[in-house]
Amino acid sequence: MTGLTGAYVPGGSFLHRLPAGAKLAGLALSCTALLLLRSPAALAGAAAVVVLLYAVSGVGVAAAWAQVRPVRWFAVALFCVQLVFADLPAAASSTLRVVLAVALAGLVTLTTRTSALMACLERCLAPVRFAGLDPFRLSLLLSLTLRSVPVMADLVTRVREAQRARGIERSARAFAVPLVVGALRHADALGEALAARGLDD
Amino acid sequence: MIRLEDVHVRLGQREVLRGVTASLTERRVGVVGANGSGKSTLARLINGLVLPSSGTVTVSGLDTRRQAARIRRSVGFLFTDPDAQIVMPTVAEDVAFSLRRKGLAREEVERRVREVLERYGLAEHADHPAHHLSGGQKQLLALCSVLVLEPEILVMDEPTTLLDLRHSRQVAALLRDLPQQVVVVTHDLPLLEDFDRVLVVDEGRIVADADPAAAIGHYRKTMA
Ligand SMILES: Nc1ncnc2c1ncn2[C@@H]1O[C@H](COP(=O)(O)OP(=O)(O)O)[C@@H](O)[C@H]1O
Ligand SMILES: [Mg+2]
Repeated sequence: MTGLTGAYVPGGSFLHRLPAGAKLAGLALSCTALLLLRSPAALAGAAAVVVLLYAVSGVGVAAAWAQVRPVRWFAVALFCVQLVFADLPAAASSTLRVVLAVALAGLVTLTTRTSALMACLERCLAPVRFAGLDPFRLSLLLSLTLRSVPVMADLVTRVREAQRARGIERSARAFAVPLVVGALRHADALGEALAARGLDD
Repeated sequence: MIRLEDVHVRLGQREVLRGVTASLTERRVGVVGANGSGKSTLARLINGLVLPSSGTVTVSGLDTRRQAARIRRSVGFLFTDPDAQIVMPTVAEDVAFSLRRKGLAREEVERRVREVLERYGLAEHADHPAHHLSGGQKQLLALCSVLVLEPEILVMDEPTTLLDLRHSRQVAALLRDLPQQVVVVTHDLPLLEDFDRVLVVDEGRIVADADPAAAIGHYRKTMA
């Protein structure tokens, strides 16, 4: 699994030490800037800055690649479509824009602990208290989602293996039913574990 | 001290426990029984995850019906499947999650987390995603997240069922050294050899309650 799922790479770089809120604000600003940059030359400059930031963070090439890998086919498709309907500079710019935005978002998750993101989110969400919601619960929801991605991925693998073992690979129902049952069972167990850990105090 | 008085539990149409009475004061109590006999239900009663349909369950004098939240603070619970009880994406964060309501300074939280991870050999994984751990290490992490709260009582529902021999031995050794009262549901009979007391559950009733040798002997006979 890649991307958001606990991708934090420990380190002491200046990016690691920056507060989560500052990084999120920086991310929002940079993405806006990326949208405003028009010329391929300016975007190439932006790409150089992103590469430099990755180098400073010291997360390594593998971790960097893991961030953009999920969008690689989308990027290729986007490039080709733009090439047909526009021209080469336009295709290069818009593709670069998407890849750089994804890379920057990835850099934030690579250098920020989920707990720091959660704490930041909890502070930002403080106003929802007035609407009768609990910011802690909302940010917990985010963590649980992040945590559940690899668990569900494991479940998919197990269901596929069980299907293959029984030679019913092609049946959609034989895939969906155990998957849904497994997901519901996990949700039940998670709820119980949260209660046991004193969530509903 | 755990007290069950004529406890009945009905889940849906089924009478899962039918009149269980016991006072558990020993330090190491084991629970064995066939699949579906009601062991997990019995374990869940102790921290109020399941409430009796009739009868009462008290822990240190508190009734689980009225004071479940307070009881859960002194009763740690370890489930069979560690994936369900690890709720944070990374190792140290999951342990820290247990301490969130303690009102401790951040340094103190970090110190306690580090200490417990070191004790159970997970210190080098502190910042790793939980899903990179092996099954045995995940169970150890779940245990760390429970023990960091220093509960008075620890209830475990088949903690070694998903573990290999080496990791289940590690858990067994660890159980021996824990200072708190421990109630363990298990099919791992050797684990119970040096326990103080073993209950045998069958079809929702306690059918034997004795020292490990006698209780396990009875259990083997009924299963034959
Ligand atoms: N929520 C539920 N609704 C209905 N029946 C249940 C529920 N939970 C457990 N049971 C049934 O209660 C019986 C005892 O379950 P359990 O305490 O989990 O047994 P054990 O842990 O000994 O295998 C089983 O037959 C099980 O099917
Ligand atoms: Mg059970």
